[in-house]
Amino acid sequence: MLPIEILSELGKIGGYAVFLLIGIGFGVALELAGFGDSRRLAAQFYFKDMTVLKTMFTGIIVAAILIFLSAAIGILDFSQIIVNKTFLWPGIVGGLIMGVGFIVGGYCPGTSVVAASSFKIDGLTFLVGAIIGTGLFGETVPFFDEFWNSSYTERLLVSDWLGWSIGATVFAIVIMALVMFYGAEKVEEFFKFKGSGKKVSWKITKKAYKIGAAALFTMALLVWIIGQPDLDRKWEIMESKYGPQLDSKEVVISPLEYVKTYNDASLRLVTLDLRSPKAFNEFKIKGSKNANLENLRDAEYVKHLASLPANGLVILIADDYAVAEQAWKYLKVQNVINVYIMENGLKDYNELFADKTIHGEEIDLASPPAELLHLFPEDAYISKIKIVTKKRAGGLCG
Amino acid sequence: MENKQRPVKNPYFAGIILGIVLFAAFALTQGGLGASGALSRINIAITKVFAPEHVDHVSTFAAAAAGDKSALDHASIFLLIGTFVGGMASAFFNKRLKVEVFKGSRITKPQRLFFALLGGIIMGYGARFARGCTSGQALSGGAVLSLGSWAFMFSVFIGGYAVAYFVRRLWLD
Repeated sequence: MLPIEILSELGKIGGYAVFLLIGIGFGVALELAGFGDSRRLAAQFYFKDMTVLKTMFTGIIVAAILIFLSAAIGILDFSQIIVNKTFLWPGIVGGLIMGVGFIVGGYCPGTSVVAASSFKIDGLTFLVGAIIGTGLFGETVPFFDEFWNSSYTERLLVSDWLGWSIGATVFAIVIMALVMFYGAEKVEEFFKFKGSGKKVSWKITKKAYKIGAAALFTMALLVWIIGQPDLDRKWEIMESKYGPQLDSKEVVISPLEYVKTYNDASLRLVTLDLRSPKAFNEFKIKGSKNANLENLRDAEYVKHLASLPANGLVILIADDYAVAEQAWKYLKVQNVINVYIMENGLKDYNELFADKTIHGEEIDLASPPAELLHLFPEDAYISKIKIVTKKRAGGLCG
Repeated sequence: MENKQRPVKNPYFAGIILGIVLFAAFALTQGGLGASGALSRINIAITKVFAPEHVDHVSTFAAAAAGDKSALDHASIFLLIGTFVGGMASAFFNKRLKVEVFKGSRITKPQRLFFALLGGIIMGYGARFARGCTSGQALSGGAVLSLGSWAFMFSVFIGGYAVAYFVRRLWLD
């Protein structure tokens, strides 16, 4: 299932080679569009040549359709795709600054690389400037650190903001782009095509444009109609990957291992108690949280579990194994990495420790001490917890 | 010797290629495309040669290259090299590989280079400010519907259009 995490899949050398290949594709696409020519890029801002807008938005909607269509049919897990973090106001201010740099210098960073690679001296000069500019920013950011880190949201989508489904949003964006393309053609006609003095190859017929637009429209409509998979459908997709872990009970741990984990200061344990609030109030393990399946379906609730530090793990407690299993599935498909189920919930736990004493004193089972383990032979349980860490790729802009 | 440049491709066709490359980037690496991160890393690497202790002191620099870490040991650098190679190859096959300075007809070459440098500095500064450039933020973030990226994208266009009139001498006949 996509996406592949190429660096952990192929190692550094193989992974970097793939990045190199993707970069080549990127460079070719930019060069083919004529983005190695500052006059063509600048002409966008005088309405003489709308190539920037056309190519950029075509790229965006084609990629968006491919991404969300593959997510809809279950070959790509969108939650594993890096979405640029939103720092709303710094982004807007930075964008305004860049717009000025764009029209003054004639390039943006990516296009200046392509210009420089095809021996355009102005592109190379711009590139050198951009490298200097990034340095100046690092030197000056301490003066407005607070602003630069403000208005932050980890993963905020246009669809969240609109309150629409992802499918509807993609559809709307595609429609918007098609309207913009039509407008861009009209604008060019009006301001005449004389900006860079070059003609565009491939005089595409009106019919071809209509077919292209219809294809985009249909695919966007499909994205909307099929919709993004909900948690149950996601589980169906991922069952072959995670199902065996449940079948083999390798994620079901003994109460003894729970006590060991509970007292392990090197781990960040989250205990989720899925019993009824009433039972929870009568007895709870200290530090545990009461939750129900509805909570675990809620992305907002699960978010902090999915972003636990590398030493974090979640252990589920439920009287009913079916509930624990369902909860486990919900968490797994939402990318919570280390999730375990305590065997038989608190039943085994209470039975096992019921009449135990340490130095003649009764044990507080609400916060089980590590000494408890000494009352049992070392092979009394099979240790199953293996902390898996998943490196979060940071994206390329960082 | 008349080596005629081939005309550039239809913008929508180029856009489709761009979209497919972008999708491939997401599918194979989880992330999209970008260039400014790599430029920043080059800057840090150069700074490190001359003033290594300075790199450790500036927080955004240290994040990329504190201590023994090399700023260049990063996937974005390879993406950048690829972009360079791809651009060069495409320019070669389309007979656009030629030393020249693109400029408006009303300014001299040195003027153009001065403004290219200035624009580059402004752009590099803005790209770090916005945490990504046109490709990293607008293109990649736009495709995955990041709200911040869309806001960013429109502000780039607004910034450009707002100033375009005042610098028209740079570009218009």
